[in-house]
Amino acid sequence: MLSAPNLDYALLAPIMIILGGALIGVLIEAFAKPAWRARLQLVISLAAIVISFNQLVRVRNDGSSIAAVTSVSVDGAGMFLQGAILIFAFLGILVIADQDNFAPQASALPGSAEEAAAIQAGKQQTEVFPLTMFAVAGMMLFPVATDYITLFVALEVLSLPLYLMAGLSRRRRLLSQEAALKYFLLGAYSSAFFLFGAALLYGYSGTISLNGLTDAIRGNTGNDVFLLLGIIFLSVGLLFKVGAVPFHSWKPDVYQGAPTPITGFMAAATKAAAFGATLRIFYLGLDAAQTSWKPFIAVISVITMIVGSLAAISQRDMKRMLAYSSIAHAGFVLTAIVSLSENALSASLFYLFAYGVATIGAFAIITIVRDSAGEVSDVNRWIGLGKKSPLVASVFSLFLLSFAGIPLTSGFVGKFSIFSAAYESGNITLVVVGVLSSAIAVFFYLRVILMLFFTDATTDSISVVIPSILTRISISISAIFTITLGIAPSLVFDIAQDFAYFLR
Amino acid sequence: MTISTNLVYFIALPLFSSGLLLLLGRKADKWGHIFATLVSASVFIIGVIEFFAMQGREGEARAATQKLFEWISVGSLQVDAGLLLDQLSICFVLLISGVGTLIHIYSIAYMSHDRDRRRFFAYLNLFIAAMLLLVLGDSYLNLYVGWEGVGLASYLLIGFWNEKPAYAAAAKKAFVANRVGDVGLSLAIMIAFTQFGTVTFAGVKEGASGASAGALTAIGAMLLLAAAGKSAQFPLQSWLGDAMAGPTPVSALIHAATMVTAGVYLITRSNFIFDASPTAQLMVVIVGAITLLFGALIGTAKDDIKKALAASTMSQIGYMILATGLGPVGYAFAIMHLITHGFFKAGMFLGAGSVMHGMNDEVNMRRYGALRKVMPITAATFGLGYLAILGVPPFAGFYSKDKIIETAFDSGGIQGILLGSITLLGAGITAFYMTRVMVLTFIGTKRWDEKAHPHESPFLMWAPMAALAVGSVASGFLLNSGSALVNWLQPVVNANQEYHSGHLLPPIVVSIMALTVVAIGVAIAVLKYRTVPVVAPENVLGITKAARKDLYQDSFNEAVFMRPGQKLTAGLVNTDYKVVDGLVRLVGWVVQISASNLRNIQNGYVRSYALIMVLGVIALIAAVWMVTL
Repeated sequence: MLSAPNLDYALLAPIMIILGGALIGVLIEAFAKPAWRARLQLVISLAAIVISFNQLVRVRNDGSSIAAVTSVSVDGAGMFLQGAILIFAFLGILVIADQDNFAPQASALPGSAEEAAAIQAGKQQTEVFPLTMFAVAGMMLFPVATDYITLFVALEVLSLPLYLMAGLSRRRRLLSQEAALKYFLLGAYSSAFFLFGAALLYGYSGTISLNGLTDAIRGNTGNDVFLLLGIIFLSVGLLFKVGAVPFHSWKPDVYQGAPTPITGFMAAATKAAAFGATLRIFYLGLDAAQTSWKPFIAVISVITMIVGSLAAISQRDMKRMLAYSSIAHAGFVLTAIVSLSENALSASLFYLFAYGVATIGAFAIITIVRDSAGEVSDVNRWIGLGKKSPLVASVFSLFLLSFAGIPLTSGFVGKFSIFSAAYESGNITLVVVGVLSSAIAVFFYLRVILMLFFTDATTDSISVVIPSILTRISISISAIFTITLGIAPSLVFDIAQDFAYFLR
Repeated sequence: MTISTNLVYFIALPLFSSGLLLLLGRKADKWGHIFATLVSASVFIIGVIEFFAMQGREGEARAATQKLFEWISVGSLQVDAGLLLDQLSICFVLLISGVGTLIHIYSIAYMSHDRDRRRFFAYLNLFIAAMLLLVLGDSYLNLYVGWEGVGLASYLLIGFWNEKPAYAAAAKKAFVANRVGDVGLSLAIMIAFTQFGTVTFAGVKEGASGASAGALTAIGAMLLLAAAGKSAQFPLQSWLGDAMAGPTPVSALIHAATMVTAGVYLITRSNFIFDASPTAQLMVVIVGAITLLFGALIGTAKDDIKKALAASTMSQIGYMILATGLGPVGYAFAIMHLITHGFFKAGMFLGAGSVMHGMNDEVNMRRYGALRKVMPITAATFGLGYLAILGVPPFAGFYSKDKIIETAFDSGGIQGILLGSITLLGAGITAFYMTRVMVLTFIGTKRWDEKAHPHESPFLMWAPMAALAVGSVASGFLLNSGSALVNWLQPVVNANQEYHSGHLLPPIVVSIMALTVVAIGVAIAVLKYRTVPVVAPENVLGITKAARKDLYQDSFNEAVFMRPGQKLTAGLVNTDYKVVDGLVRLVGWVVQISASNLRNIQNGYVRSYALIMVLGVIALIAAVWMVTL
């Protein structure tokens, strides 16, 4: 006799509202007139996000470890990240709404007559909106999932729309499609690792839930080979998503090829979701086995910080440079996993939020720096931008300074808290490497700022288009967050501290 | 128990208006100046309301605080962004916003031909916001934020006409001198934190009673250095004269009435440090005494009207600093002189601006003369300020300056006689150079350029001058009647009634001595400047030559700091290039090689990426295997 599982709908509602919004979006694609679609989609998406966020705020004190039997645990850290992802989605959708970044008809071959006709007809690929919403739903589920199956489903729900959206760029379409295909192939490949790891851990503990895994480790009931291999394979799947070295190779190519608004959204939100799941698995499921995974995660963290910072130096493309910067940042957050303390958890929550907001802002600015052939991401072409568009250049510099972790920006507070947590937990090596690679990183951020402001322009074909009001709002909010959190970090830091717990 | 009120408007209003004017750009050109003036006036009105509210409360409850937010919370360093409005800060709030509003009104007319008038007003309001934060912060760290903010606003305003290289250089000089002082302030904060574990005024005050003499002296010395930088005191005085490059209303507001007095505020606010450290107090007194004479001497030889007034400002702040070194009652008199000085010096600067306005921006007093006939209102308001600074009864300076001279005499022993004499001598020199300014500008024969057609300034300019002149006349009497200010400030500075007992010389004797010295100074100046050559004569006394060159302050700085500094940096650069850079270049080379090698790995082929991942997994397995087995 099977009884119906007990579901806590109030806690699941934020995810379901987003899914509902996505489904309405699909219906709009089917039934609404093309001329109306973009506007309707935008309204529906933003409304769903706002309602979902509101619901999240309402239930913020009702965290439960059995929101859906033993599969979903909506707890503090999970809710914080869900909220962060919703904010990223809001900011991201505002930039995505500028349809000039997307191919008019993704199915038309690049350079074909069909494509020309689609451009002529002013067609729009408004499916981006529901795709984004599906991805958001997956991202919200990923950090609260507590068994391998739900984790895997969430991983795929968040990934599949992203693979697709990566190929939708309006310009340099071949590059974009290549990026999408690479992302898909490697993503599928890493999912296989993840699934294999899950299978091994199931073999070890005889259960699919993280709690069961902990009990098995505590009770020392299984075969350690399964456990170790399982941890490694599962980690590979997660480390791929966060872009840790050596599982990072997709990142520069995909970041560069994907439409820039998508890059910004994905860089911020995917990272938050993937780190959410990673933190949960290591803090909750595997903390009893910490002696076996801490060393190799520490090594990966070190390599990731160094490689990310070093490789960023030699980049000529703004988006690739930010991709490597994102890799380096992944390394910084990995130190928080090794630290395995409550302070480290709250620090990484804050960090993910601060980094995500600045990332969306930075990529949004890249979308508006264009020449006649579209967006210009060649670093050298940005020379002298500070003279032509001081405001845009200043805001971009603000985001770079935040990435670099210069005081009075949110990035400084994030880095400072994450490194001090690592220091407290005794991981001095990680702190030293982190600070050193931050120093290397400052070099390439400052180089860009120097180019923007202190080098005379050589070409004058590059210009800043006047951003749509939505993009402008998104950039402004990001900039305000970045400054505010630098000056008064406690506004969000206190929340992160209150929410820095996982429910078993 | 202190009460909590909403004080954030004081800072938020001007800050917001400043940001708005800067962001809106040319769109706000039409109404920006009016808007900024209204904001400044409303801050003044809020200040007045708070002042009366404060009078309605008694004793301890007079001070009001507000915690804005938790600012820094790192380990044992807990700093809240908080505001404190007490008897001391309200004086400054009223002075800053009151004089500030008058100068806003004046600037509407004065800057009316400048195409960047809106930007000017934006900077003015930025200054007001920063200055109010400086005096309202409840901890040294909050004060520091305002301290840097006024430095920034001052820099922006001195260099407002930065198309002229000399003006930009003046802005830079002010910036550098202030930076030296700022280091002092930050060191003081750090020492205070290591000693007391807190940087709030209340916390440091509590800790100061049990602290070692060495620590207190160190903090006091560093605070003094900070005060010297901001208030143009010896040895960091050199920037103030050059700062006159800014528009005249700026000189009146920032470089006469408010910002340059921040050092006096800092020392008064830190009275618990200085009262507990006689050594630090002695240093304060010495610095004040030197600057007092130094500024006065420079003032005797300047032909540029604004630079003469700047030298006078330096000298008058010297009086205030000296007073703050004289113990509890000195603080109150320093603040009294600060307020009266704020009126008469701002009034005289505005008068100078009015003269320049009528004389095609001519600043050389040898090109003025007999202006009282064509600019009667300016001459009258300037004249009232003149009487006030001389200390002629019953004008404002009489009350405040004589009190400082008395207190100096009362400080006891040889020191008292020495300090009293210096302050008396300073008063005499002040009378000389101010009379010189007066005679050269408004009296005598006209020596104008042919193209000059001097005329009285418009209403918007003379009205603020008149208002300040009223202050120059009445403020001293009002503040002194019934020891109003001394009693008012008593809870902050502990100035008990000690003033009324045990005078070395009776006040009336001091006043007579001071007036005699002043009369001598006036007489010399009148006799000496009956005729004024248009070109400054060359065969003059050595002291005049020296004073013309600012007593060689720039040459001194260049010889003692700049040239050795340059040699040192040249040497360091050389070492840096050969040794440090050599290493860095080596590192950089390694970094670049590894970076380009990393690029090679990133070859774009999915199969290679997949292979890298597999190799990574194998490496992980191997590593874990080796660790666990």
